[in-house]
Amino acid sequence: MSTPDLAVDHVVKRFAEHVAVESLSFSVERGSFFSILGPSGCGKTTLLRMIAGFTVPDSGDILIGGRSMRDVPPNRRPVNMVFQHLALFPMMSVGENVAFGLARRGVARTERTKRAQAMLERVGLAGAAGKRVDELSGGQRQRVAIARSLVLEPTLLLLDEPLGALDLKLREHMKIELKQLQAAFGTTFVYITHDQSEALVLSDHVAVMNRGRFEQVGTPQTLYYDPQTPFVAGFVGANNRIAGRAESVAGDRVELVTASGWRVASRARGRVSAGDPVTAFVRPEAAVLERAEAALPADQPRHRGKIASLLFDGANSAVLISEQSSQSEFRVALPQTGRFSDLKVGEPVAFTFDPMRAICFADVASSGHG
Amino acid sequence: MAERQSSSSWRARAVLVLLLGPALLWLLALIILPHVDLAFLSLRERTAPHEYAASLTQYRTFFTEPLYWHVFVRTAALSAIATALTLLVAFPMAWVITKVARGRSSSLLFVLCLIPFWVSETVRSLGWLILLRESGVLPALLVKLGITAAPVELLYHDATILVGLVYTSLLFMVVPLVSSLDSLDNSLIEAAYDLGANGPSILRRIVIPHAVPGITAGCIVVFMLTLGNYLTPTLLGGKNSQWFTELIYTQFIVRFNWEQGAAFGFLLLGLSTAMVALGLRLSGQRFVDVMRRT
Repeated sequence: MSTPDLAVDHVVKRFAEHVAVESLSFSVERGSFFSILGPSGCGKTTLLRMIAGFTVPDSGDILIGGRSMRDVPPNRRPVNMVFQHLALFPMMSVGENVAFGLARRGVARTERTKRAQAMLERVGLAGAAGKRVDELSGGQRQRVAIARSLVLEPTLLLLDEPLGALDLKLREHMKIELKQLQAAFGTTFVYITHDQSEALVLSDHVAVMNRGRFEQVGTPQTLYYDPQTPFVAGFVGANNRIAGRAESVAGDRVELVTASGWRVASRARGRVSAGDPVTAFVRPEAAVLERAEAALPADQPRHRGKIASLLFDGANSAVLISEQSSQSEFRVALPQTGRFSDLKVGEPVAFTFDPMRAICFADVASSGHG
Repeated sequence: MAERQSSSSWRARAVLVLLLGPALLWLLALIILPHVDLAFLSLRERTAPHEYAASLTQYRTFFTEPLYWHVFVRTAALSAIATALTLLVAFPMAWVITKVARGRSSSLLFVLCLIPFWVSETVRSLGWLILLRESGVLPALLVKLGITAAPVELLYHDATILVGLVYTSLLFMVVPLVSSLDSLDNSLIEAAYDLGANGPSILRRIVIPHAVPGITAGCIVVFMLTLGNYLTPTLLGGKNSQWFTELIYTQFIVRFNWEQGAAFGFLLLGLSTAMVALGLRLSGQRFVDVMRRT
């Protein structure tokens, strides 16, 4: 195995009493797209700034391309960063922006103009070199910011929520573009975001970060289908959260009862003993909805309820069901056949889900802190 | 409908005129009228008691009398030096206030810059006298430290005048610099650093280009104030300070030669206009833009 482009080794950062990053270790393979996903304040920005060199870790080491970055200032690291608001230089033309780093390295004027032009061409902005930064659209600026960094051929490109400021349509478009750019250049990207959809769509690997730690690192599929902690289950993708007490445990099958008396079968993740307070997570698309109870598969526990609200959102349409015995709310994704397009609020329905796809965590043991 | 609209626009115009009225009146009565009068004064010559004739004698005298244009050039040069020094001192101050200090300490530093201006300029300048005169604090200190054998007179040097002028002008440079550095996004500095720039190249490529309007505005204001300053050069430079405003004062008050004084006034006005125009041309700025930014 080759040396990873980025290796973070027991890095700690504290601000006064608050621990921003708590003894974190991970590595990022060469050429991969690695995302750090977490809510605001989880320490992901601090981590990124430590990799870039703007913040010094209290302890631990960061290795980039196998080389320790201790005492290496940001301007000498083989790392470049795309800032949240891009930070393009308004006092310079697009071409000068892209050539800025080359000029600092002492590349001759004609050579750097040529290389800046070539880089702009690669990101689809041929002929924009003479423009002012404010003449570009949001998406074009994004590409200039990336071109400005990639022209220096960094080992690692850091991206600090660069899509956050864009509107929804453009954001969707830029997601695809970023992924294609990364594939085309083959540079290792480290991307931080609080938007789980960005992380899932873009990344080869995602680390879910919470309170200064990684809750789980894995492929988007692993995180989605096999969350290791309740935090990951709750944060990545939509999930129904069912809190209750484990009534019986048989192997990894847990029968839980909610405070309002709803009985749900689920699969244990980690140690769960009878009597433990537990939380189960069920994906809306793991549940099957029918008007008539008899139409549901016979081998799974059935639940009944009434439609509480209809959430029409095209392919992402869902309904909120109020469970009959407990009035708990449960979200079920609608199949895309249009079969349920005439559902009404208040209509009685039946639903079921495979207990294997209802993941149950014991409350205290697995969350550890908080 | 159209009628109502036109009547409302007429009213808006009337309100505008009324609001601008006092300013226009002030401009006319206190600036334009006296200057027109001074212009006429400067262009005449007394041929006999109470008899005047139009002539360019006053301006001719200025060029034929070496003392006059010598003082004129000296005033311009020292003012330019004082402006440059003020910029050099004020820039790090503005930098600390906007980029180094955070929150309360930043406002506190700004207030500290302001505090000396609560005292009148005369009193402040007299303060310098107490510090610098031969029997003053600083010469005594120098003797005590063994740097000089006997107390030296620190007043009445060009350097003393410069110190006084820089001190007096500092705030007028700090304010526009603070406002222009404040608007500089820190992430631009970080981005430049990230792309391989170091301190000097960030200053040259990012900070100064961004701050040019503030620098220009500050320099214009400080240069004009310095050029037209009377008190500081007189108090700190004494009799041989040779500041052009003193020549004007002498002509008007001592010699009672209003014609000559008026001509000098116009020459000073021309000088400051020319220097400001030159400064704007060099920094590639437009006067209106610069003044809007401050």
